[in-house]
Amino acid sequence: MAAKATFDVPQMQEYPIIPMLKPNAMKTAGPFIAKPEHQAPLGFPCELVENWEQKAVEKLGELLEKYRSLRVYLDACVRCGACTDKCHYLLGSADPKNMPVARQDLLRQIYRRYYTVPGKIFGALGWEWGKKLIGAKDMSKEVLDDWYNYFHQCSQCRRCSVFCPYGIDTADISMAAREIMDSIGQGQKYCNEIIGKVFKIGNNLGLPGPALQDTLEGLEEDVEFNTGVKVRFPLDVEGADILLVTPSADFFAEPHVDGLVGYAKVFHQAGVSWTMSSYASEAGNFGMFIGSYENMRKISLRIRKAALDLKVKRIVFGECGHAWRVAYSFMNTLAGPFDFLDPKYPVPQHICEFTNELIKAGKLNFDKSKNDHLKITFHDSCNVARATRMGDVEGGQFTIPREVIKAVCNHYYDMPAETIHDKTFCCGGGGGLLTDDLMDVRIKGALPRMQAWKQVVEEQGVTHLAAICAICKSQFTKVLPYYGFKLDQVVSVHQLVSNAIILDGQTEE
Amino acid sequence: MGFLTGFYALFFYVAVLIFLVGVGHKIYEYARTPAPLKVPTMPAPLTTTGVAWRLTTEVVFFKSLFRANKWIWILGWVFHFCLLLVLLRHLRYFIDPVWLWVDLLQPFGKYAAFGMVAGLAGLLLRRIVVERIRYISNPSDYIMLILLLIIGMSGSMMTFVKHTDIVQLKAAFLGFLSLNWQYNLPADPILFVHLTAVFALMIVFPFSKLLHAPGIFFSPSRNQVDNAREKRHLAPWAAKLEN
Repeated sequence: MAAKATFDVPQMQEYPIIPMLKPNAMKTAGPFIAKPEHQAPLGFPCELVENWEQKAVEKLGELLEKYRSLRVYLDACVRCGACTDKCHYLLGSADPKNMPVARQDLLRQIYRRYYTVPGKIFGALGWEWGKKLIGAKDMSKEVLDDWYNYFHQCSQCRRCSVFCPYGIDTADISMAAREIMDSIGQGQKYCNEIIGKVFKIGNNLGLPGPALQDTLEGLEEDVEFNTGVKVRFPLDVEGADILLVTPSADFFAEPHVDGLVGYAKVFHQAGVSWTMSSYASEAGNFGMFIGSYENMRKISLRIRKAALDLKVKRIVFGECGHAWRVAYSFMNTLAGPFDFLDPKYPVPQHICEFTNELIKAGKLNFDKSKNDHLKITFHDSCNVARATRMGDVEGGQFTIPREVIKAVCNHYYDMPAETIHDKTFCCGGGGGLLTDDLMDVRIKGALPRMQAWKQVVEEQGVTHLAAICAICKSQFTKVLPYYGFKLDQVVSVHQLVSNAIILDGQTEE
Repeated sequence: MGFLTGFYALFFYVAVLIFLVGVGHKIYEYARTPAPLKVPTMPAPLTTTGVAWRLTTEVVFFKSLFRANKWIWILGWVFHFCLLLVLLRHLRYFIDPVWLWVDLLQPFGKYAAFGMVAGLAGLLLRRIVVERIRYISNPSDYIMLILLLIIGMSGSMMTFVKHTDIVQLKAAFLGFLSLNWQYNLPADPILFVHLTAVFALMIVFPFSKLLHAPGIFFSPSRNQVDNAREKRHLAPWAAKLEN
């Protein structure tokens, strides 16, 4: 591929190493800036406003009043260095501003200048040495450029927050920075355009209802052709028990769609009535990426409305990492209370929880040999691992997907301990970075995961990487080739379920 | 009361006042600012008791730091633990009669000064030598360590090398506390260096990264219970959006 040559793909090493710093290695103009038509539907100014320096500082002040996290995180950092080697973008790019603390400091320098006593004093006196002493800086174009570039090199994966002695979460800081930039008229095209599509059409990809209906009918035909069983893919069925909300990539992208087939087969075999909604045909909630409570809430309310309109009893989410964070951690707060649903079930449930319960209850039968041609490892998606839970015990988000995989596969291997569970590495494309204009960042950010993956490929002969996140799946499909692997070495967890599940009345292939 | 004693008495009052009011104000700010979303770093405890234990392991053992980097952990932990012993030992200069446990602590508190200085020296060395940490360091980060080193070393000098008149010192400080200024501080330059550094540190405390001490208790990623599906978590400003 000609395109490959244009990116500087980092070398995989025998052992993970911390690179020597290369200042400004990733200094670019950042991702495409949102155009007026992307800004307006979200309620943001269409272009950089007058007085934006002052407006940005004021917005920071407003956020400090609204978010305790921001206040504490901006104060508490002691620059101990614990996080400096934890970010996948630092490990892949060596740009020092991709060290979590340095990324935070881009915002913290403004906080220290305008919202601390010494910063205000030194600022008023115009004492540059004083500002330098305490790490304070005046708001300027140079600062904004750094914000736009480096806060779009954070996938909000929270790995740094695991290791910070005070739990400082760069995800929260980058969300705040992006919210400030949106509020002064410098948004990111990718995220804001997508949110606009959700408001207008119902999903990130802009698939209208009829197209969705067509796609689902096609899937029904495929499954019937392959198994002889009429597995339904219902859309907008009023009175169904379960509303499935899944990332729109599941409707057509590979390997996502094979996961959707898996969910449908599980629902079919469980004998439950279920439906998807054309109004809420998107699990992903990009409102989180841009730190906008209001937009995140508006998107979540669509799911509430769909659940009410379709009179369902339960909500189940498909395989999607950030979606599961918003669903699990925020949806009850943003769009609750969900007291109109059946109180017997948590709201919402993850499809892996749903499937695992059926497996535990012995209600599903599998022919595990159908997956014998695969040796599987599991990639803990960053937001599932560090921002959510599954099941009713701590750490269920690690065990449940693995239990599902092991119930349907004979050959499972974990990647090195330093790269899984809550220490997992982001795929490199999360947090609103899954866009072609950030390809270089995405390739570099994938390095630590690729390195761990290479190790199990070489030592255990692992052939496939299973994931439960639409972004991870798309990202790996794209970057695996740059590291010498094949793009189809990524699978959905429910694709494995789909392969092995024995449907009643199934004809042998 | 001599001039120097008067000066240091005033310095003492100002430092204590700024420290207490400043940190108190910060704690008030942290407490009144809402945390509108559930953001504990997972896996997180499912109960309040669990959260108390999580915070205990962070505050007492620096658990996350331990997982992050063993060198920073050992140096940081030794420094903080020794500093605690040293501080507790210093209670003897502010209370009369001295409580039994403070007396029992005396030998440990004395030698802890070495641990404190060693830990600080190690942290300073790391800050200078490790490229990544050097990159992120502000001048104030060095100054903070140097101030603490001055405090530790001047204190050790008075404990182990050139004793200051501790009886007179205690009389003076008990006097300061009861607003009675008849006793002078011993005219000991090392003591004045020690006190200057301590008071300076107290004054910068509420405006600097030293706020990590109260901050950790308010950190949403560490102090929240994992119960988002069971309980709504609506902040007052967010509730207003619902109308």
